[in-house]
Amino acid sequence: MTARIGVITFPGTLDDRDTQRAVRVAGAEAVPLWHRDKDLKQVDAVVLPGGFSYGDYLRAGAISRFSPVMETVIEQARAGMPVLGICNGFQVLTETHLLPGAMLRNNHLHFICRDQKLRVENATTAWTTDYAAGQEISVPLKNIDGRYVADERTLDMLEAEGRVAFRYLDGNPNGSLRDIAGITNETGNVVGLMPHPEHAVEPLIGTGRTDGLGFFTSILKKLVNA
Amino acid sequence: MSLDTVKHATETPDVEQPWAELGLKQDEYERIREILGRRPTGAELAMYSVMWSEHCSYKSSKVHLKQFGEKAPENDALLVGIGENAGVVDVGQGYAVTFKVESHNHPSYIEPYQGAATGVGGIVRDILAMGARPVAVMDPLRFGAADHPDTKRVLPGVVAGIGGYGNCLGLPNIGGEVVFDPCYQGNPLVNALCVGVMKHEDIHLAKASGSGNKVILYGARTGGDGIGGVSVLASETFDDTKPAKRPAVQVGDPFQEKLLIECTLEIFRENLVTGIQDLGGAGLSCATSELASAGSGGMRVELDTVPLRDSSLSPEEILMSESQERMCAIVEPGKVDRFLEICEKWDVIATVIGEVTDGSQLEIFWHGEQIVDVPPRSVAHEGPTYHRPYARPDWQDALQADDANKLARPANAEELRAQILQLVGSPNQASKAWITDQYDRFVQGNTVLAQPEDSGMVRIDEDSDLGVAVATDGNGRYTKLDPYAGAQLALAEAYRNVAASGAKPLAVSDCLNFGSPEDPAVMWQFAEATRGLADACQTLGTPVTGGNVSLYNQTGEVAIHPTPVVAVLGVIDDVNRRTPIAFADEGQLLYLLGDTREELGGSAWSQVVHDHLGGLPPKVDLERERLLAEILISASRDGMVDAAHDLSDGGLIQALVESCLRGGKGARLVVPDALDPFVFLFSESAGRAIVAVPRSEELRFTDMCGARGLPATRIGVIDGAEIDVQGQFSIPLSELKDAHEGTIPSLIA
Repeated sequence: MTARIGVITFPGTLDDRDTQRAVRVAGAEAVPLWHRDKDLKQVDAVVLPGGFSYGDYLRAGAISRFSPVMETVIEQARAGMPVLGICNGFQVLTETHLLPGAMLRNNHLHFICRDQKLRVENATTAWTTDYAAGQEISVPLKNIDGRYVADERTLDMLEAEGRVAFRYLDGNPNGSLRDIAGITNETGNVVGLMPHPEHAVEPLIGTGRTDGLGFFTSILKKLVNA
Repeated sequence: MSLDTVKHATETPDVEQPWAELGLKQDEYERIREILGRRPTGAELAMYSVMWSEHCSYKSSKVHLKQFGEKAPENDALLVGIGENAGVVDVGQGYAVTFKVESHNHPSYIEPYQGAATGVGGIVRDILAMGARPVAVMDPLRFGAADHPDTKRVLPGVVAGIGGYGNCLGLPNIGGEVVFDPCYQGNPLVNALCVGVMKHEDIHLAKASGSGNKVILYGARTGGDGIGGVSVLASETFDDTKPAKRPAVQVGDPFQEKLLIECTLEIFRENLVTGIQDLGGAGLSCATSELASAGSGGMRVELDTVPLRDSSLSPEEILMSESQERMCAIVEPGKVDRFLEICEKWDVIATVIGEVTDGSQLEIFWHGEQIVDVPPRSVAHEGPTYHRPYARPDWQDALQADDANKLARPANAEELRAQILQLVGSPNQASKAWITDQYDRFVQGNTVLAQPEDSGMVRIDEDSDLGVAVATDGNGRYTKLDPYAGAQLALAEAYRNVAASGAKPLAVSDCLNFGSPEDPAVMWQFAEATRGLADACQTLGTPVTGGNVSLYNQTGEVAIHPTPVVAVLGVIDDVNRRTPIAFADEGQLLYLLGDTREELGGSAWSQVVHDHLGGLPPKVDLERERLLAEILISASRDGMVDAAHDLSDGGLIQALVESCLRGGKGARLVVPDALDPFVFLFSESAGRAIVAVPRSEELRFTDMCGARGLPATRIGVIDGAEIDVQGQFSIPLSELKDAHEGTIPSLIA
């Protein structure tokens, strides 16, 4: 048996097909989910992929968070279903308050696309158990609104509780506070990050590394062993 | 003022019409009256004026462009040739690929962000209209001097516009060029290319056939943007109480375009359209007249049903509006409901605006009154043709006599070293990462190679690993020195780049950027360049499948360098066999393929060190290019080379520095006996590449080159952390990296 992992498409989502491929490469079944549909089709986990949902015209992720599908995702996430938000998906998760903080325009004001080195700070979340704590990985980063911010108290809390999941190495690409690239909720089932692990799952494609595959194998193992 | 109906036009033959303000010549206006047998209505005049413009009708260029058809090589791969929205090429396994490059030069100078953004949007819709999923974009760009203050206005806007639009569409940007030259100061070139993939059976054409079939306009609402010259007619003749002119440059909405792409692809999957056309230049005028002209009958359109952003628009403005993100489809009545349902799913507005008739006229109505009654071919396909006078300019001889080979050369190894650092750090030769890092090259998850590789390559089938590669090149300096050879060198370089990546070159698209066709010297450059390109395409067996001409790129008397930008598309059966440029493995042997001659005319060295342009460009040898390509492709397929880089502007040293920095490894070189070190490093002889050969493959590789008659000279080895030329100099990679990567950020950022 394998796990069913849902991938949501909002209007303006771009990396949905790539994410479905990453799920398949890891050996799980990818289930496309549509923003207007509250039904999650009995998936075991959900990925909110990257893109510019609703053009990001109001604020990245601000409109998608009100879509019918998100009502169910919020409810299920609170009940423990694993949810991964990548880039625009991370922005949607902060808009829903499943994760704290917010993303602002990059401090240099430009879109940036590059191979980004990260350190996995928390290897116990639903999406990171195939990594070792402290492991350094490289995955593509591509965004214009990627600067993670939160108030000092929240940042201190995230640090104290080990909820900073990923940190930028070799240069902070966008001015994110405390070099934060991704975080998790208290229970480790909801994870969000700005870089794109789904673009680093095949040796030939993109950066030529498979450092991102661990996200998808981690969740698959967790679900299959559950 | 009242509506200028067909009836009114017939009754008032002597009304003065603003044909001159709309850019028509007197004889053109008289021809319109002759075609119609009366004066045109305001709406008809507007349609003819835009469709007969240089941009839409190719009236100055088409007598030359027809060579691309006449000299087209026999090529079984060509499925759709010139004349459609884009050409289509068979790449095997049932797949077809469509690609095209076109210009958005003038809008991008006026409004860099929106001009560049809508340039991407327009070419993507052309590709989509063929039935294909767009899979990649590229942008060949030319700007004025890198240190000129206005370049700092234009370049960041253009780059942000390309990124802002393309990134939001989810199309990887995998290549292109950035070139600086003072000749482009008032006339930057913003060309945009898109590649799309489909199955053979999914090819769609722009024609309206089947009487009773519905005409559906879908996508964005129509607004007052991009009306340009036609607002003269609309605001001054018909209603001078209206607000002032709206922006002549269109405004893009990439989110709407992304929805349009997905919606259209779903419509194609269910086979719901019989013909389709995107709305670009000349908007509805172009789409309706071209669809009807290519179809079997006539067309009737109720213009007042078009959804508007601004309800005060006049019918003429609606016909001319270049509002972005719109498409026009011809749909059988029984399929209309499903078509509209899919549009609703994607939140795309769709409206039945008319139908195909069994008549022969394009008839357009406004609240029941007829305002257009024209033969569609006369608008879309039978515009004027000019045989513009052309003459070799009298300065051409002096330019060619000003031989770059006679310029002062570095006197010793120290000067040679200094000039290398100067070259690789010059704006044209420097790393463009600051620019290309603002484009998403990873999206869609199929990018095998992207800039700064020789070509951009994407996988098109995940199971078989079939892929396509595209490269664009153009060298205005070479073309200024010799337009015939310059155009051929552009093709040769793009062809070589595709082959260096391991793909087999198949077909060509071109964007011909020139000055004013009313200047006989410019027209001569154009005639020579098109002749050169057509001849070379014939020799190399790569047909021109489509493209674009951009004229009037000049300010006052001063034209840009003639700049034909050539895109070559290639296919690779297995993307795992692609060849990157990076020198990554120490100990591998470096071979220089081809002949190095003393050729410095138009070279990067002559520009950077001497600010000189004169002499002759490198010699063209197309048979050599073909042989080199065959060797590069065989070597890639059979695993004989691990890296390859084509040699072009900047010569061997430029290619070597790029490959070493890309792989993070140095190289030790020996100057071949027959060559002077300076010529060895800086000459820009065509038909050359540098390859990295694993030692275990050396014999097999040199045997192959020997047997096929391609000169292959062992020049060194990948080694260490510096570039060391024996007996001359050595430069640490870190020093080269600083020079190569620091320039653009320090000038532009």
